[in-house]
Amino acid sequence: MDLSFDLWGNALVSGLLLGGFYAAVTIGVSISFGMLDIVNIAHPAFIVLGSYTAYIANSVFGFDPILSSIVLMPAFYLLGVAIYSVYDVSFERRGDASIRGLAFFFGLLFIAEVTLVLVFGVDYRLVEAPYIGPSLHAGAIDLPLRLLVPFAVSLALVLCLHVFMSHTFIGRAVQGVAQDPSALRLVGADPSRIKRIAFGLSIASASVAGAILIVIQPVEPSIARDYIGRIFAICVMGGLGSFGGTVVAAMILGVMESFTSTFYGPSWSPAVAFGFLLITLAVRPAGLFGRI
Amino acid sequence: MGNIRFGLLALVAAAVTFAAARAIGNPYVFFAGYVVLQYVVLATAWNILGGYTGYVNFGTAAFFAMGAYTTVVLHKTVPVLPLPAMMLAGGAISALIGLGMGYLTLRLRGTFFSIATLAMAVVAQTLITNWNFVGGSRGAYIVRPRLSPIFPGDYIQYLFVIMLLLSVLAVVVARAIQHSRLGYGFAAIRDDEPAAEASGVPTLRLKLIATALSGGLMGMAGAPLPYYVTYLDPASGFSLSYAVNTIAMPLIGGTATWLGPLIGAVLLGTLQQVATVTISSALSLLLVGLLLVGFVIAAPKGIVGWFQR
Repeated sequence: MDLSFDLWGNALVSGLLLGGFYAAVTIGVSISFGMLDIVNIAHPAFIVLGSYTAYIANSVFGFDPILSSIVLMPAFYLLGVAIYSVYDVSFERRGDASIRGLAFFFGLLFIAEVTLVLVFGVDYRLVEAPYIGPSLHAGAIDLPLRLLVPFAVSLALVLCLHVFMSHTFIGRAVQGVAQDPSALRLVGADPSRIKRIAFGLSIASASVAGAILIVIQPVEPSIARDYIGRIFAICVMGGLGSFGGTVVAAMILGVMESFTSTFYGPSWSPAVAFGFLLITLAVRPAGLFGRI
Repeated sequence: MGNIRFGLLALVAAAVTFAAARAIGNPYVFFAGYVVLQYVVLATAWNILGGYTGYVNFGTAAFFAMGAYTTVVLHKTVPVLPLPAMMLAGGAISALIGLGMGYLTLRLRGTFFSIATLAMAVVAQTLITNWNFVGGSRGAYIVRPRLSPIFPGDYIQYLFVIMLLLSVLAVVVARAIQHSRLGYGFAAIRDDEPAAEASGVPTLRLKLIATALSGGLMGMAGAPLPYYVTYLDPASGFSLSYAVNTIAMPLIGGTATWLGPLIGAVLLGTLQQVATVTISSALSLLLVGLLLVGFVIAAPKGIVGWFQR
């Protein structure tokens, strides 16, 4: 009985910690897909790119992976701005964003993956940091710092973005741009510029998300694909663009995956996200907290 | 040109192709040609849903691998079954999966369908990886017969002919659809779905037909795969390169007509075979990704679009 309680408690706690991490992974898509209506399926590839930049900063220069990823955010922001500029000129202005826009991002996903394979090979890479290894203990519950630190960083990231989105002019303009671009022009903001900033931010978040990904688990280039289902499941379940909804949905998925891998084995956990996504789409496409 | 006359013409073209391949006499031609033809089927099948109705399917690998794994199961249970029967079974399974996926997600915006297909590929792979009967993550070995069962020659020639006939079937079906009531319905969905719905086009039913047809053809294309590779594991059966190629080929060739995917598949498929041999397979895949992105940005109507101006 004791054993089973320990098992349940540990599965629950590690699921919540994992969920916190998923929130950071998803928050970029909550901005690009949820708010801007840009189906950036290449987002996980940018996260893995963030993992590799953190890996280089750590293994070559000996920096802390998470701190260096925060320093690198402006570079990722500029990358996002550049990609959005191409997307804007090629697809949005032509009014042809659906099929070709999707194919564009799919192509980017693939190019990023193959390039990483060509440069780094298919070996798993990991980082070193003082918080990888030790655990805190609360009674029978283990709190590995390897999960606890990413959890805290992730929630801090989401909180910062939330404050930015709800308390600054640009942030509110981002929330408005998908709903009514012409109204945005009336208050003196250029929708194209607002979207460019928001997309830049979403890619900037991938830098940090990538760093905490490689803290949690070893990374290889094709790992991005495992995250596509998870990310979009969380984003849709969270109600597309609601940050609070994203965090709650991420926690739910984290706990579900944690229980699945504890009781059925880790090889089944990728299937959880998909089941979650399909049920959400079939039963409640507006998500848990969605407007519509 | 009527459909029957076009079909006969396509068969003649297929016979000429086969005769030419045999005249060269190098078995490598059949191995390389098989892959190109397989992509002709996949690209044409993808285009029935993606090009005609505008719904993007990222799950080609799942439909394809389901066909292949159906063959693995049948090979283990009823090994006497001829390959065409296994292909029908694989096609039926994939068509059913397409129908189920479509029923759950096609009532929503097209984006959700695309994301669901992408996620489905991951899950189908998880299921197969955990299924020991078909080899799990270790993969399955299939013994390829040495000789063709119907004409004198190697078994690879038989596989080549089967794939050649399947690509004739796929192209004829795609062309027939394009000029039928069904095709006009598909085009109406692609151009303006709410308007089509409002003027009485049964959009959901048409989309389900397209998904099942497209998925079924992909399953049939995958069914001979175990005999071609003789060793099939989930990572290679569900490889993302199938999905990328299958999307890149119609988009590069042109998505509006049956001709686009055919041109795209033959060009890109041959180019990749050459690049794989001369450079490396990773670089040849990178080439596909770059061509895909380049074409969607710079030539939205594909190669076919160049000749329509």
